[in-house]
Amino acid sequence: MSRRNTKLSHISIPELSLVLLIGPSGAGKSTFARKFFKSTEVISSDVCRGLISDDENNQAVSADAFEVVRFIAAKRLKLGLLTVIDATNVQPESRKEWVRLAREYHVLPVAIVLNMPERVCQDRNVLRTDRNFGAHVIPQQIGQLKRGLRGLREEGFRHIFEMRSEEDVAMLETITRTPLYNNKKEEHGPFDIIGDVHGCYDELCTLLHTLGYQLDKENATLISAATTTTADGYTLIRKPVFVGDLVDRGPKSPQVLRLVMNMVGNGQALCVPGNHDAKLLRYLNGKNVQLRHGLEQTVAQLAGETPAFLESVKSFIDGLVSHYVLDDGKLVVAHAGLKESMQGRGSGAVREFCLYGETTGETDEFGLPVRYNWALEYKGRAMVVYGHTPVPVAQWLNNTIDIDTGCVFGASLTALRYPERELVSVPALEEYAVPARPIGYNAESTLSVQQQYDGVLDIADFTGKQILETRYSHNITIREENNIAALEVMSRFAVNPKWLIYLPPTMSPAETSQEPGMLENPAEGLQYFRDAGITKVICETKHMGSRAVVIVCRDEAAAAARFGVTGEGNGIVYTRTGRAFFTDKQMEQAFIARINTALINTGFYESFDTDWVCLDAELMPWSAKAQALLQHQYAAVGAAAGHALPAVMNALQQAVSNGAPAQALLDKYSQRLGQTTRYAAAYRQYCWPVNELSDYKLAPFHIMATEGKTYFDKDHEWHMSAIKNICAGDKQILLATPYLLVDIGDAESEKAAITWWEQLTAAGGEGMVIKPYTFLSKDAKGLIQPAIKIRGKEYLRIIYGPEYDAEENLARLRSRKLSGKRSLALREFALGLEALERFVNKEPLQLVHRCVFAILALESEAVDPRL
Amino acid sequence: MLLTITTKRYPATDLGYLLHKHPAKVQTVTLTAGSAHIFYPEATDQSCTAALLLDIDPVRLVRGNNGPADFVLEQYVNDRPYVASSFMSAAIAQAYSSAMNGRCKDKPHLVDEAIPFEINLSVLPVKGGEALLREFFEPLGYDITVQSHLLDEQFPEWGQSRYFNVTLRHTLPLKTILSQLYILIPVCDNDKHYFIGGHEIEKLMEKGKGWLDTHPAKELITRRYLRYIGPLAKEALGMIMKDEVLPVEEKQPKDKIRLHDLRLQTVREILLELNVATVADMGCGEGKLLRLLMEKPAFKKILGMDVSYHALEIAQSKLKMDRLPEMQRARLQLVQGALTYRDKRLSGFDAGVLVEVIEHLDEPRLAALEKVVFEYARPQYVIITTVNAEYNVLYEKLDSGAFRHTDHRFEWTRSQFATWGDRVATQFGYEVSYRPLGETDEVLGGPSQLALFKRS
Repeated sequence: MSRRNTKLSHISIPELSLVLLIGPSGAGKSTFARKFFKSTEVISSDVCRGLISDDENNQAVSADAFEVVRFIAAKRLKLGLLTVIDATNVQPESRKEWVRLAREYHVLPVAIVLNMPERVCQDRNVLRTDRNFGAHVIPQQIGQLKRGLRGLREEGFRHIFEMRSEEDVAMLETITRTPLYNNKKEEHGPFDIIGDVHGCYDELCTLLHTLGYQLDKENATLISAATTTTADGYTLIRKPVFVGDLVDRGPKSPQVLRLVMNMVGNGQALCVPGNHDAKLLRYLNGKNVQLRHGLEQTVAQLAGETPAFLESVKSFIDGLVSHYVLDDGKLVVAHAGLKESMQGRGSGAVREFCLYGETTGETDEFGLPVRYNWALEYKGRAMVVYGHTPVPVAQWLNNTIDIDTGCVFGASLTALRYPERELVSVPALEEYAVPARPIGYNAESTLSVQQQYDGVLDIADFTGKQILETRYSHNITIREENNIAALEVMSRFAVNPKWLIYLPPTMSPAETSQEPGMLENPAEGLQYFRDAGITKVICETKHMGSRAVVIVCRDEAAAAARFGVTGEGNGIVYTRTGRAFFTDKQMEQAFIARINTALINTGFYESFDTDWVCLDAELMPWSAKAQALLQHQYAAVGAAAGHALPAVMNALQQAVSNGAPAQALLDKYSQRLGQTTRYAAAYRQYCWPVNELSDYKLAPFHIMATEGKTYFDKDHEWHMSAIKNICAGDKQILLATPYLLVDIGDAESEKAAITWWEQLTAAGGEGMVIKPYTFLSKDAKGLIQPAIKIRGKEYLRIIYGPEYDAEENLARLRSRKLSGKRSLALREFALGLEALERFVNKEPLQLVHRCVFAILALESEAVDPRL
Repeated sequence: MLLTITTKRYPATDLGYLLHKHPAKVQTVTLTAGSAHIFYPEATDQSCTAALLLDIDPVRLVRGNNGPADFVLEQYVNDRPYVASSFMSAAIAQAYSSAMNGRCKDKPHLVDEAIPFEINLSVLPVKGGEALLREFFEPLGYDITVQSHLLDEQFPEWGQSRYFNVTLRHTLPLKTILSQLYILIPVCDNDKHYFIGGHEIEKLMEKGKGWLDTHPAKELITRRYLRYIGPLAKEALGMIMKDEVLPVEEKQPKDKIRLHDLRLQTVREILLELNVATVADMGCGEGKLLRLLMEKPAFKKILGMDVSYHALEIAQSKLKMDRLPEMQRARLQLVQGALTYRDKRLSGFDAGVLVEVIEHLDEPRLAALEKVVFEYARPQYVIITTVNAEYNVLYEKLDSGAFRHTDHRFEWTRSQFATWGDRVATQFGYEVSYRPLGETDEVLGGPSQLALFKRS
């Protein structure tokens, strides 16, 4: 598009562009901008002068004002928003800066020139009382403008519109914005994205056939496309998307071109250009191109083709768009991949990147440029599918995948089915070429590319303020100070992040009971769920041990393959803060082996079609992990009270028998003696010595995840029964949790729950947990508590102190606030499930780790620890 | 929670006059977190016992003290209501103030009379056990009977508790006994004090008059009495010692301090020899090395990183960061970070230093540290120091096989360190050399060891 005098009612500009209004003072730029653009799209240098100096005409602050304009413009362009610069922009130097900015953000610069007659400008300025610069200014600006006009194209503007009179301006009615060619967000697929073909026509036909397409191979046309039937019964037509490099090295480049050109021409396929295609175009255009790297074969094969065919090849390749942004921006296809900041943008740099990728500037021992793997740092939301560099196996890395599996080098031709994320490959019929650099060179590890990359996470992804999206709840904000605490815990105490795919949420107690002598009672727990509109709940015995996350893999190979962990055994048990439960590695692995045997013997791996499992559980005895706490805290208080109170009783009894008025004191202290005795009995319940493995008891209560699956859609009864099956495999250390189903609103049923709790706690149990029958339950406001604990009267002594149930103490303790704890529980619950979903979906570890890191961060919130 | 004072000196009920408490009554005084009752289990001319019984309100104990920062479960399940602690001292001061201050309106001659007393404490927590208890009381002439207790009879493997039923016998004026108990009860306990304040030094001086300055354990008593307030303890010690020269502090830590200083000095010397201009102290702690490095203008850019934010805050204040001139300030940067995460801020330094850092990581996590330091940060030089496990046998107080620090996850011998260092050097393209740190034993090497890596 060249510079032209615009006498149009309608012009169009790219939807993502940096629009420069060019014209002398008084040309009507601001009026023009107001008419055609949103006020937030326009950044005026005058306004910025005003912002920083209270005076829109203060020429002394021009430099600073322009910095502000540039800063705002840069932020908008980064977000992909059209931006209009309202300044005179009459000098080439001042425009240069804007062209540079447009390039930096890979957007197109657009020039709209208001080349008004001098009289018009002078007249307008006379009317403006706030403008009183000399009469020489406007002619000077007009002179500069006119001198520079011819050079606009040279300066880098491809879209130039010039208006020379008020009539021109008045005639213009609309400015429309055209999407970039690469924007195909409205195409939702499904797609079959096909790797570098390189003239391997036979393999391409086989692959398309395998994918369900019917071809007329002879005439290189599509007979019918593959289809997919959706869950609700619709038939969707699939579409191949070629990642480029259709030609060179292989035996039948013209046939490949013919087929792809036909399909693309008929709207049956999409194609982006590869570097080989681009080079072929240069050759066909008569450019001086070396016939190397397989181009020589293509040229020879094309020798027999008609000039008309060659012309159509030229216009086909010339018309290819560097990359496509598809499916609402969720999918990007580019030959050599594309980093996030370039997606959906248009510039020479973007095109170069799409064709060649990024190189470090060095060459390797094979004389080839060393490729800089942009995918290592990729954190974009869009999946990027690309080719260009042959790899032994197509592997995911940070939501990107290279599907060039080197067909022309005798390996295979691969397609990625989208959105299914399935890889389909057909083997090469022969080795048509020998790669200069061995494929997969440097790939010596048994771990996947993603797992190797995940070996070390980047601290910048976890520190500072973080906002996490969760699929089961709202966005969750983690404050910087909480992350500071989490970093310390995580790096000093937590296990290898690759194991850390889940942390359990905290659990809130029921609202405080007003019953005499009680702080908690199931009635309030049931009431909570009734208020949330739940009709059925499950009451589970609350075991008093330590919360434990247990991951068991069938063998070390499974641990390496799925978790990317090597040399650390085939499983782990960690606490709710991510610390290894066992300090003795041998003991840990022996424990894992016991559970593994139970899983094997009960056919778990087969029936769940997995080779690993993540269980949420309670591990007993409490004394195994809480030894220090027990000795320094619980036993100490018991010992002190146990040896002080008898002496007190003695003294008081003696005083009373000698006639002193100490009976009231005697009563009071004998109550204390009773309380502290019961207190000691309470903590002793949960202690037993651990001399061997079978002294441990593990009570799993949720099956959190197995390969490719989570179990949040299953109800708790399902969990309980699946776990019961596992527990049958090792009755010595595995413990199935007793439970009771309760219908809310059914008085009998609710009464049974309370009676059961009374029996449990009377027998020394910690209490029970009430959960909604379904794993995930919501009410109008969102998630509701996944579990509410009701602790027993005696158990609470070790939480609130031995004497908590004296009525004068209870009265004060009842004023406890649960809202903070409950909000934390919900956020941690949503984050824990999110972490697991991300893990089973094979998302990069960084995204899983963000969730568990956030849970640890939330745990550093100050909450009453007795709740 | 119970203190009884018994005398059999005829007429024993004189005790009531001395204490200003009528033997037939039960009286109550108010304390900050509850109250104390005074009553007489026995009051005849032959034998009279006064009991002081604490009545601590466990709920108020918490409520009075808490701030949001103090949310630890420890406060809620607390031995304080059942022991003789600083609360008992407060109760003595409150209930028996006249007696302790040597006032007896009706029978003033009793004040200075040495009377045979038997004191019972139920129970007294003693940090340091029976031996220390005797060390505190025996030099003052007390005859002591001690009954010790298991933490829990049901779990004898948990060992002894720190609680004792204690009987003390002595013939002394009551005011002396009360003063000594006032000081020595919280000193034995050596736990949280609920009353420490600015007046504590004066109280210590006043109650310790006549016995503390000649007590062989006066130093320990002073320090424990004024625990949690280091500067106060020093000031008080100076007042008690008068012009005596202050003896050096406990020996073991002194050695440790010297070894650590030596390590840091050595590291700085090496860095100066290597002519590096920019240094990243990866695991800077409270900033001791940073301070040494700041002294030398050769170091143009210094980064201190630590995982403990608290340590960084201390470093910030010790280095007087907010008062440094701008030019000096610009040389130094403190950041929170962990060496198990890769970190762009660590890139571009001539040298990276890890002084006694690696042994604080679980061994499997070292793989991440190696990549962070040698692959991503990749300075020209890396200096790593760690303890030498072989040397541990020379530490008398260290049990065989035990680590020098509770947070150490491993301690390596020289050959283990070299095996690791050699492998890391090969893997990441560095050359490595080793040297001992500290006073070297011919057979066992130095207490600490250093590896210097140079990028090849």
